[in-house]
Amino acid sequence: MIASKGDRLMKNVIEIQHLSKSFGTHEVLKDIDFSVNKGEVVCVIGSSGSGKSTLLRCINLLERPSGGQIVYQGENILDNNHNINNYRTKLGMVFQSFNLFNNLNVLTNCIVGQTKVLKRSKSDAENVAMKYLKVVGLDRYINAKPHQLSGGQKQRVAIARALSMEPDVLLFDEPTSALDPEMVGEVLKVMKELAGTGLTMLIVTHEMEFAREVSDRVVFMDKGVIVEEGSPEQIFNHPQNERTKAFLKRTFKQ
Amino acid sequence: MSIDWIISIATENWEMFLRGAWMTLLIATLGTVFGAIIGLLIGIINTIPKPERGLKRIVLKLINIILGIYVGFFRGTPMIVQAMVVFYGAAQAFGVDMDRTFAAIFIVAINTGAYMAEIVRGGIISVDKGQFEAAQAIGMNHWQTMIHVVLPQVLRNILPATGNQFVMNIKDTSVLNVIGVTELYFQTKSVSGNNFRYFESFFVACILYLIMTFVVTKILHYFEKRLDGPQNYQMIDDLEQVEGKKA
Ligand SMILES: Nc1ncnc2c1ncn2[C@@H]1O[C@H](COP(=O)(O)OP(=O)(O)OP(=O)(O)O)[C@@H](O)[C@H]1O
Ligand SMILES: [Mg+2]
Repeated sequence: MIASKGDRLMKNVIEIQHLSKSFGTHEVLKDIDFSVNKGEVVCVIGSSGSGKSTLLRCINLLERPSGGQIVYQGENILDNNHNINNYRTKLGMVFQSFNLFNNLNVLTNCIVGQTKVLKRSKSDAENVAMKYLKVVGLDRYINAKPHQLSGGQKQRVAIARALSMEPDVLLFDEPTSALDPEMVGEVLKVMKELAGTGLTMLIVTHEMEFAREVSDRVVFMDKGVIVEEGSPEQIFNHPQNERTKAFLKRTFKQ
Repeated sequence: MSIDWIISIATENWEMFLRGAWMTLLIATLGTVFGAIIGLLIGIINTIPKPERGLKRIVLKLINIILGIYVGFFRGTPMIVQAMVVFYGAAQAFGVDMDRTFAAIFIVAINTGAYMAEIVRGGIISVDKGQFEAAQAIGMNHWQTMIHVVLPQVLRNILPATGNQFVMNIKDTSVLNVIGVTELYFQTKSVSGNNFRYFESFFVACILYLIMTFVVTKILHYFEKRLDGPQNYQMIDDLEQVEGKKA
């Protein structure tokens, strides 16, 4: 019994139960049950306004959920006395608009969270940051300020910054949507490489080819609910639900 | 000839003029520095997140209201009137005779503080919300976010407006002659009261004001450039080559 519970805890990085979120009277997420397993790459797809960003933002508490539970390491982090900042260090977040710290250079962007929040020593933090800047191919750019970089480079720095905290799971909210078409590839390439290393990733994306290629599981959302989830093969080739079919038809016609 | 008069007035009274200019600069500098600090503190207090309910919320609300009144009052009345109210008011209410220089610095500082509070507010708003969220997302608390991410950008953003305020203060301290501080305008009035050469005396003052504002403006521009750092970054390979050549 104890062993099996332990196994489950090991497997589930994060488990969401009956999660709901309303803005005023507008119910954006409705009774969402959902979990991310260790080492899994999950892509969330769905039309605009279906609540994908809100789901991610609820998971790392940038939005306060209206109801339900978020279970991390066996504890409901929505309990009042839970240390939110500590929990957040376990989740990395990559935003659509990069959101690099404009006053800091590339290296310091990747260091500041490590030294100030995780209390790592400066030299440890620098080593970790350099390691991940190498992963995203920007170790030569450590002296650059964000405004001196292209969009694709900024997003790769943002990925390195999130990785430098060595989180349990990395959340991506449409990481390539704000990029010029010629820069989408370099960011997706980095993400594919990360997926290959066994990193746990939860990715909201409109890049269907990418989702098909990297996902272990695809989640389709519509109007605040999870309509269907399954392997990329199931969702893209044999969707069961009419709403999924309609969405894919619309998407692939374009 | 006016020119001869100007030269002789300047050479005969140089000590008074310089002492006046020095006092003007002292009041304007300290007033601007303390005013900027007041403005920053108000701006920072306004960003403290308010809990949904409870005592902390009430206290913060109350502080915000008081600060709002302060800003409204000092932006909405002329400094010359404030000077009279503060200086003679203190004398009447508490029976204290404020040191005139101290009173002058105090008035300029609270006046500047009221303006700077608005400037700082704008400076904080101009740091986009995404950076706050990114800081939260890596687990930073409010103060860590403010200190390491927001305030450095706010300081840079408000520097031009602060410089502007400094230049205004150099000029506007002249109204403080009403409480008898011996700044440049006051000294010039004394000089011209002795020689009855109003144009020539004030022409000298004019030149001195101009020199002060010009120099201060230049110094601030230099600082802005310094803060922005080099225009281009150096790639690490290039750096290594540079170091290699040095070695
Ligand atoms: N802060 C907010 N206040 C009020 N309504 C909001 C807020 N944030 C999101 N919403 C609403 O919630 C709904 C879901 O928004 P969300 O951004 O999660 O959608 P999305 O699936 O990410 O869409 P997109 O693909 O366009 O990014 C939308 O109807 C949106 O208008
Ligand atoms: Mg979105």
